[in-house]
Amino acid sequence: MRMLGAEVVIECLKKEEVDIVFGYPGGAVLTLYDALFKTKFPHILTRHEQGAVHAADGYARATGKTGVCFATSGPGGTNLVTGIATAYMDSIPLVAITGQVGVSLIGKDSFQEADICGITTPITKHNYLVKKIQDLPRVMKEAFYIARTGRPGPVVIDISKDVFNDILDFEYPNSVCLRGYRSTFSGDSAKIDSVVEALEKAEKPVIFVGGGVNISGMSEEIRKLIQMTGIPVMSSLMGLGCIPSDLPEQLGMVGMHGTYAANMATIDCDLLMGIGVRFDDRVTSLVKNFAPKATIIHFDIDPAEVNKNVRADLKIVGDLRWSLPLLCEKVAGRSLTKEQWASLEWTDIVQEWKREKPLSSSLPKGGIRPQDVIEKVSELTQGDAIIVTDVGQHQMWTAQSYNFNKQRSFLTSGGLGTMGYGLPAAIGAQITLPDKAVVLFTGDGSIMMNCQELATVADNGLPLKIIVMNNQVLGMVNQWQRMFYGQRYSHSSTKGCTDFVKLAEAMGVAGLRVTKPEDLNMILEKALQMEGPVLVDVLLPETEDVLPMVPPGGRLDQMVLRGGI
Amino acid sequence: MKYTLTVLVENRPGVLTHISGLISRRAFNIESIAAGPTEETDTTRITIGVEVEDEFELEQVVNQLSKLINVIKIVNLTYVDSIQRELALIKVRANKANRSDLVDIVEIFRAKIVDVNRETLVVELSGEESKIDALCEVLADFGIIEIVRTGRIAVSRGPVPAKEM
Ligand SMILES: Cc1ncc(C[n+]2csc(CCOP(=O)(O)OP(=O)(O)O)c2C)c(N)n1
Ligand SMILES: [Mg+2]
Repeated sequence: MRMLGAEVVIECLKKEEVDIVFGYPGGAVLTLYDALFKTKFPHILTRHEQGAVHAADGYARATGKTGVCFATSGPGGTNLVTGIATAYMDSIPLVAITGQVGVSLIGKDSFQEADICGITTPITKHNYLVKKIQDLPRVMKEAFYIARTGRPGPVVIDISKDVFNDILDFEYPNSVCLRGYRSTFSGDSAKIDSVVEALEKAEKPVIFVGGGVNISGMSEEIRKLIQMTGIPVMSSLMGLGCIPSDLPEQLGMVGMHGTYAANMATIDCDLLMGIGVRFDDRVTSLVKNFAPKATIIHFDIDPAEVNKNVRADLKIVGDLRWSLPLLCEKVAGRSLTKEQWASLEWTDIVQEWKREKPLSSSLPKGGIRPQDVIEKVSELTQGDAIIVTDVGQHQMWTAQSYNFNKQRSFLTSGGLGTMGYGLPAAIGAQITLPDKAVVLFTGDGSIMMNCQELATVADNGLPLKIIVMNNQVLGMVNQWQRMFYGQRYSHSSTKGCTDFVKLAEAMGVAGLRVTKPEDLNMILEKALQMEGPVLVDVLLPETEDVLPMVPPGGRLDQMVLRGGI
Repeated sequence: MKYTLTVLVENRPGVLTHISGLISRRAFNIESIAAGPTEETDTTRITIGVEVEDEFELEQVVNQLSKLINVIKIVNLTYVDSIQRELALIKVRANKANRSDLVDIVEIFRAKIVDVNRETLVVELSGEESKIDALCEVLADFGIIEIVRTGRIAVSRGPVPAKEM
């Protein structure tokens, strides 16, 4: 069928079963937006391109589908950069389509020209500049294939304005031909036998799960594995949700703000099985002191992750959808008791760590404690909500205190730590899951980095619940200044004239405020029951630290805990 | 340690940007890089000389490069019996008085003189990098005006091409 390039883009989206795009129009994509108008293809207008790309990211994290966003050339494209980098660091499938100036104007510093392929090369899985309409269907097909297969990631397609206006006899390719791209699925199954043997021999094993388990949707296999073996299990920030929090073997998060039990277990274990993790420095602290006594087993889909940060003794390269079911099958085949897999002595030690130093707050009961806010929401939603955060102390408190039960239920910018991620990501999640409770925990600093998206929330009637953990400081910065910079609080206060309730109301979102501890539960209950969108401004004390904390460069067992260093 | 990698890539726009972008982002220590067409019109062959601390770092270089969508194959030619060559063009000062000395040196190195005029001449040499280094050192006494080197290229001995290794 003969059609305009812009219509080709829309047809390709349909073929890829994309049900919605997030975007913002401009000169180079006017024809594309005209095609949206004519085809009535679902599109959400955000109020900033950064909002569009984070929304596409949130949509992808919550569902596993590929998120799509549109932006115009030049500033439109550059406004996507933070969002693309955010998605890249956390391996999120995303296709960002940008307009580019006309073919003859490329390279001439033309109006609204920016080399978006050059700019995004280090933060994309792949990118394309399309200058000929004949290439468009193939590029679209390849982009979606690359974004979602193997280790997922963002792909940018920069399309010259001329291509949108050109005409093509459209046919969508049935398959892709990429000579250099193999999306690994299965690996060497004999190696799984070696894993089972190593597990059998180990006396103090731990399992460490990460974002890969969320991405592959393999949390059920992890649960099976734990239930069969009784091996203690901990998680990275990105792995939260994969292990039901009521499983007795779960130790919570490991790393800089990990739990006492998880960090102690890492230092003491004799076998550490990392599954879908990349041993980020926020987890390992100094690599040479990470799990110093342990045999390291590393499961990952990306061969380049193995031995990148931590040297692995056993490498299982392949999709977790291949390796984990096989591992479970082989473990089950041994018909050993839990005690034979993980000795009682070890599991007792670990449980003792858990009892000895659970997570706590330094604030007296009575005041509003950040942990109470999160625990209350956890109780009200019974772990059956999509929880989104921004970046800072509130993010760590959420990671520590919310009782996650389901994979893909925690959306947070882990790798890049992008303030401003939360609100638009929550929009993306809520749009694709309209009947689900979506709760955003944000900070007084972070919310301001994309607060314009409150308008998107209101205008689309999204029943988002936004909780501003308002400590009136850039809390995480403040904490570092308190701990490592002699309490010199350089530019980390947000105290001023901003009224978040009024801000919400001005954009059409209901606003509530909690100032007294006795009101907290009531107002949270009310907010969660309200039909439409609501922002709750919760006033918190300034100086609460996120603890435990492993100071930078420290060993995981050298945590700062409550009650002094 | 120094290694020679043969990288076969799809001949598509942007592929060199992706390779050089990756090298800079991962802070790999690249000594030389030489790209050119091959016996297949849709394939470009890049020879990369890389200096790394240990085998683990080399593994990272190979694995990260392999992840680029347009990279078809990477072969480590360091341990394969292979021929390595670089081409250099060296412009040196020359006058009546010392020209014959220069010609002698050029002959000893089995190099060629490809351009002569009153004040200068251009020497062409292909060989292993060390040989080119040695010639440059000797020519330095005469006054080198400019040097152009291609970076090394390499091919294995015997009938098996890199794409089948
Ligand atoms: C875009 C961006 N800029 C700066 C930072 C550095 N940073 C990390 S946490 C933080 C403070 C966040 O403050 P707030 O949102 O109020 O959260 P709190 O820590 O107080 O809970 C800052 C500035 C960042 N992560 N992202
Ligand atoms: Mg704050």
